[in-house]
Amino acid sequence: MSDEIAKKVIEIIAEQAMIDPTDLTPERSLEELGIDSLSVVEIVFGIEEAFDVSVPFNANAPEESDFDVANIQGLIDGVKKLIADKESA
Amino acid sequence: MHRVAITGLGVVSALGIGREAHFSGLAEGRNGIRRLDMRDADRLTIRIGAQAPFDETACFGRQERALFDRVTQFALVAAAEALAQSGLEITEELGLQTATIIATAMGGLHTQDDNYRTVYHDRKNRVHPFIIPRLMANAPVSQVSMKYGLKGPAYSVATACASSNHAIGQAFNLVRSGAVRAAVTGGTESVLVFGGIKAWEGLRVMSKDGCRPFSKNRNGMVLGEGCAILILERMEDAEARGADVLAELCGAGVTADAADIVAPDVEGASRAMTLALDDARMTPEEVGYINAHGTATMMNDRTEAAAIRQALGPAADGVMVSSTKSMHGHAIGAAGALEAAAVVMALDRGVVPPTINREEPDPEIGLDVVPNLAREARIDAALSNAFAFGGLNAVLVFRAAR
Repeated sequence: MSDEIAKKVIEIIAEQAMIDPTDLTPERSLEELGIDSLSVVEIVFGIEEAFDVSVPFNANAPEESDFDVANIQGLIDGVKKLIADKESA
Repeated sequence: MHRVAITGLGVVSALGIGREAHFSGLAEGRNGIRRLDMRDADRLTIRIGAQAPFDETACFGRQERALFDRVTQFALVAAAEALAQSGLEITEELGLQTATIIATAMGGLHTQDDNYRTVYHDRKNRVHPFIIPRLMANAPVSQVSMKYGLKGPAYSVATACASSNHAIGQAFNLVRSGAVRAAVTGGTESVLVFGGIKAWEGLRVMSKDGCRPFSKNRNGMVLGEGCAILILERMEDAEARGADVLAELCGAGVTADAADIVAPDVEGASRAMTLALDDARMTPEEVGYINAHGTATMMNDRTEAAAIRQALGPAADGVMVSSTKSMHGHAIGAAGALEAAAVVMALDRGVVPPTINREEPDPEIGLDVVPNLAREARIDAALSNAFAFGGLNAVLVFRAAR
């Protein structure tokens, strides 16, 4: 299950970065992948649609959002947490 | 070339109906932002906005309401106030020489939203016959031109958040060049409708809790609505008929960043200010006040502060800079017009409107942002900035009438 979540998140990011998903390792940051702020917003939207969750992300204050978009692992962890929260709610 | 006088002003904003209500709101530092009152507000993530306390039934009859979207209603109310103040008598001859240039970035969005519901949600297959004449972006311009017999150049301008400044700049140049004798200009907008707000939510640049321009803890913009209309005429005409000149419009600077569809750019913004000052033959030292674009997004405010420093040089440290969006919200295509009204107040009455909700200074901004309280000051000249999504910048320059 977890691996499927990670796989899907990576697919969403890969589509925005126009990079093959197999090249995306968890420690890579969105910045080094050339993903700009507008693409981050699209990734967040893609995640919300794919997992039916609501991501607490404000593009003005990414550091204050309770959702880490710095690197791929952070995104995957964040999505897993949102899904777990949803299931326990 | 003619000098250009502003002799009339009409306003509809979240601070009230009429210029005096707008002025007193700005002078008191009143917050026009509150919980949105609209259909389906419970489905919105962003539930605050600066709605105008506008009662359409008090201003328009049933048949007029059927034909006028909210943006057209705003424009007609503001134009009536502005023309009345100017005292201009629109004769057949003057009508032929008067331009009508009124911006709206989104047009009749209420009409679109209502009627998409009708066909998509309510599954109706027939719609009201007036949808097109209500929603078209030139409806406000055309209704104002029709009402007063204004037969000179007339059109709408759409450049997102800079629409009003582009429109006013165009009207200014038509009067200055001698192409027309007078102009009715400004901007009108209302995106405060379910679909309009939903679309803005998507970008994730909106604040859920308030508009705090230049404050370190700012977290995004808050939408507003409204309209302001200015009457421009040749200075010599205004003086000859003994009109009360509220301020002089004396320059416009317009640039494009050619860079990014949403991110602002220091270079493009700064260049617009420099061009505007050059156009007005004004030095940075003469500028006493800048009405900032000041949207309260992290990026705009930081970029704008850097652009002001770049354009004004050392004079930036002595200039008052405020964002009145903290009070009337971001009225998109009407923003520049509502802010031109704030500039006229500063020049004509010596009251510089504050940036309210300035909770924490931001060292990255470092300008005198007139925090929280209006200031009495004699200002001789002012700038008004507007920087649109899509990298389109328009800056206006004003002088006090004295």
